[in-house]
Amino acid sequence: MSATTVGADSQAVAEPAPDYDDHVVRLFILASVFWALVGMSMGVLIAAQMVWPGLNWEPWGTFGRLRPVHTSGVVFAFGGNAVIGTSLYCVQRTCRARLPGRFAAEFVFWGYQLFIVLAALGYVMGVTQSREYAEPEWLTDLWLAVVWLTYLGLFVGTLLKRREAHIYVANWYYLAFIVAVTILHVVNNLAVPLAWNESNSVSLFAGVQDAMTQWWYGHNAVGFFLTAGFLGIMYYYLPKQADAPIWSYRLSIISFWSLVFMYMWAGPHHLHYTSLPDWVQTLGMTFTIMLWMPSWASALNGFMTASGRWDRLRTDPVLRFMILAVVFYAVATFEGPFMGVRTVNGLSHYTEWTISHVHSGALGWNGFIVFGAIYYLVPRIWGRPGMYSRAALEWHFWLGLAGIMLYVTAMWGAGVMQGLMWRAYTSLGFLQYSFLDSVIAAKPYYAMRLLGGLLYLSGAVVMAWNVWRTVQEPREAPAPAVVPAE
Amino acid sequence: MATTETGPRFARLHGRFERRAIRFAFAILVVLSAGGLVEIAPLFALENTVEKVQGMRPYTPLELAGRGVYIREGCYVCHSQQIRPFRDEVERYGPYSLAAESMYDHPFQWGSKRTGPDLARVGNKYSDDWHVRHLMDPRDVVPASIMPSYAFLASRPLPVDRIERLLRAHRTVGVPYSEEHLANARADLLAQADPEADAAGLAQRYPKSQQRNFDGRPGLTEMDALVAYLQMLGTLAEFDWRRPEPEWVR
Repeated sequence: MSATTVGADSQAVAEPAPDYDDHVVRLFILASVFWALVGMSMGVLIAAQMVWPGLNWEPWGTFGRLRPVHTSGVVFAFGGNAVIGTSLYCVQRTCRARLPGRFAAEFVFWGYQLFIVLAALGYVMGVTQSREYAEPEWLTDLWLAVVWLTYLGLFVGTLLKRREAHIYVANWYYLAFIVAVTILHVVNNLAVPLAWNESNSVSLFAGVQDAMTQWWYGHNAVGFFLTAGFLGIMYYYLPKQADAPIWSYRLSIISFWSLVFMYMWAGPHHLHYTSLPDWVQTLGMTFTIMLWMPSWASALNGFMTASGRWDRLRTDPVLRFMILAVVFYAVATFEGPFMGVRTVNGLSHYTEWTISHVHSGALGWNGFIVFGAIYYLVPRIWGRPGMYSRAALEWHFWLGLAGIMLYVTAMWGAGVMQGLMWRAYTSLGFLQYSFLDSVIAAKPYYAMRLLGGLLYLSGAVVMAWNVWRTVQEPREAPAPAVVPAE
Repeated sequence: MATTETGPRFARLHGRFERRAIRFAFAILVVLSAGGLVEIAPLFALENTVEKVQGMRPYTPLELAGRGVYIREGCYVCHSQQIRPFRDEVERYGPYSLAAESMYDHPFQWGSKRTGPDLARVGNKYSDDWHVRHLMDPRDVVPASIMPSYAFLASRPLPVDRIERLLRAHRTVGVPYSEEHLANARADLLAQADPEADAAGLAQRYPKSQQRNFDGRPGLTEMDALVAYLQMLGTLAEFDWRRPEPEWVR
C-alpha cells in the first residue's frame, strides 16, 4: 500500500510515484478542524439554553433555529469535510493516481463550504424545510447536488485512473457513501418552490409517505454519511496507524455488502407506533436487528487489525483514538438495534435516550475516528516529523473521553427517567406525573450534559491549537517539544 | 481461522466488481435501492395510508401561514405531533393519531423528540390568551418551562401577499385547493383574523374554521397566525375512537 516507496529497481524509474494533490486535502482538514469548533460550540450553546432558557435570543438565536446549526455543523461541516478530505488522500494513494482535473477538487472544497454557510445562514434566518438533517431549502439543496456530483466524478475518476488492479476496501465504503448520499439527498428533497425567487418550498409528499421518506433519509444519513464514510476512514487509517494489514478480506466483503443492503431498510424504527402501517414498522425492526451483525463484523475487523499491538495503546494516543472509536462504534451499533425493537422504542422514543444514543455514536465513533485520522494526516500532509505537542494529544483524548462518558450517562439517565415518568400510574389509576414534572426532573441531567459537552469541546480546542502549531512549525524543525500540561 | 485467505472462487467473483469502478458503483446502487422501494412505494397505494377520514379539510390560509411560522421556528425539534396508541398517551394527549390527520401536511410535523409535550391535539385545550401569554413569555404561565420566548411574533406583521403562492404550491403537490380557494386566499386570510368580517365564504370553503382576533390585539401579526394554527390542531377529524374503524372511515 505504501505507494511512494521508490525502490532501486527499474520499475520505479519507469513509473515514478504520482504527484498527489495534497493541497485540497490540507484545505479539507483545516476546514474540518474549524467547523468542529463552530459546530460543537453551537451544541454547548443549545445545551446551555436547556439549562437557562434566558439564553435564547429571539428571533434568530432560539433553540429551534440553532439546533440545526449544531447538527449540520457537526455532521456535515466537521464530519463531512473530514470524510471528503480523508477520502481524497486515501483514494490517491491506494490507486497510485492523482485526482483528475485541475479545478474539480478545489471546486468541491469551496462549493462545499459555500453550502455549509448558506445552510447555516438559512437556519438562523428561519429558512428551513423542517426535515431533520435535511433542513436546507431547495436552492441550497440544488447547489449541494452540483457539488456532490462533482465529488462523485472526482472520486470515480481517480478510481478509473488507478494503477492498482484492485479497488481497496476503504474506497468501497467511500464510494457507497457518495452514491447513497446522492440518492438520499435527491429523493428526500423533492419539493415545489413557492416561486423561483422564493427561498421556501413545499414538500412533494405529505403525512405518512413524507414521514417514511424523511426517516428513510434520516436513518441512512446515519448509515451512509456517519457510518459508511467513517468506516472508509477506519479501513485506511487504522491499518496505517497500526502498521498492519486489514485482518480479514473476506469479512470485509461480507460486512460491506450486508451493510449496504440492510441499512436502507431500517428507517421505520424511527416511526414505531405511529400512523405508519405495522408491517413497515416490523420490517424496519427486523432489519434493524439484523444490522447488528455487519456492524459488529466491521468492528471486529478493526479490533483484530490492531491485535498484537495492544501495548501501543499506552504509548500511541493516535491509535488509542482510533481503537476507542471502534469501541464506541460497537457499543452504539449494539444499542441501536436494541432501541429499534418496538417495545423498547415505546419507552425510549421522544426521550433523551435517543440523544444519548446519537452522541455515543457521534462523539465516540465519528469524533474519535476523525481525530485519529487528523492526527495521522496533519504531520504527513504538511511534512512535519509529528504533531507539535504530544501532551496535547493526551489532554485531548482524556478530555474527550470524560466528556463522552458524562454526556452519554446523563442523557441516558434522563431518557429512561422521562420514559418511565410518562407512563407511570398511581394505585388509583391516574397518571402519576404531569408532563412538566418530567421537565423539572430532567434539569439536573441537562446541567450534567452541558458539562460533558464543554469537556468534549475543550478537547477539540486543544486539537485546534495543536494542529495550528504543527502547521506553523518551520519545516526543518527538530523533534517536537513537549509542552508542560497546564 | 485463516485471516486473509480467501477461496479462489469467492475472490474471483468479487474481483469482477472490485476491479471495475463503474460496475462497482452500479452494484452499490442496485443493492441499496431495494429497501426504499419496498418500504416507501406501497405507501402511496395502501388502504390504511390513503384512507379518508370525515372532517379532514385543507388548512385555511391563516392556519397555513401559522404552520409556516411553526416550521420556521423549528417547533418540531421539541414538540411532536403524533400520539401513539398507549394508554398514557391517549389519556394525556387524546386519541392516537391517524394517518389521515396529516394527509395535507407538506411536510409532516410528527417530530422525533418531546422536550415539550405533544401538540397533535392541543387545539381548543387552552384559551387564545393563554397561548399568547405563553408565547410572549413561557415562564409567565408555566414557571418551570424551558421553552424560548417568542414575543417578537406579536409585533411582526403577517405577510399576506405570498399566501396565494403558498396555496398554489400546495395545490401543485396534491392538496385539493380549488380555483375558488385560490382566488379568495387573501380575503379568507384577512377575514379569519377579523371578527367583524363577513366570514360566510370562509366557513363554506373551510368547515369548522374558527374566526376571531387570535392575539387580541389590533393588526394582523404572525402571532395571530400561529395561535390560529395551534387552536385547530387535532380538531378536524371526526371519529369515535372507541368504535371500530369502518364507521368513521369515509
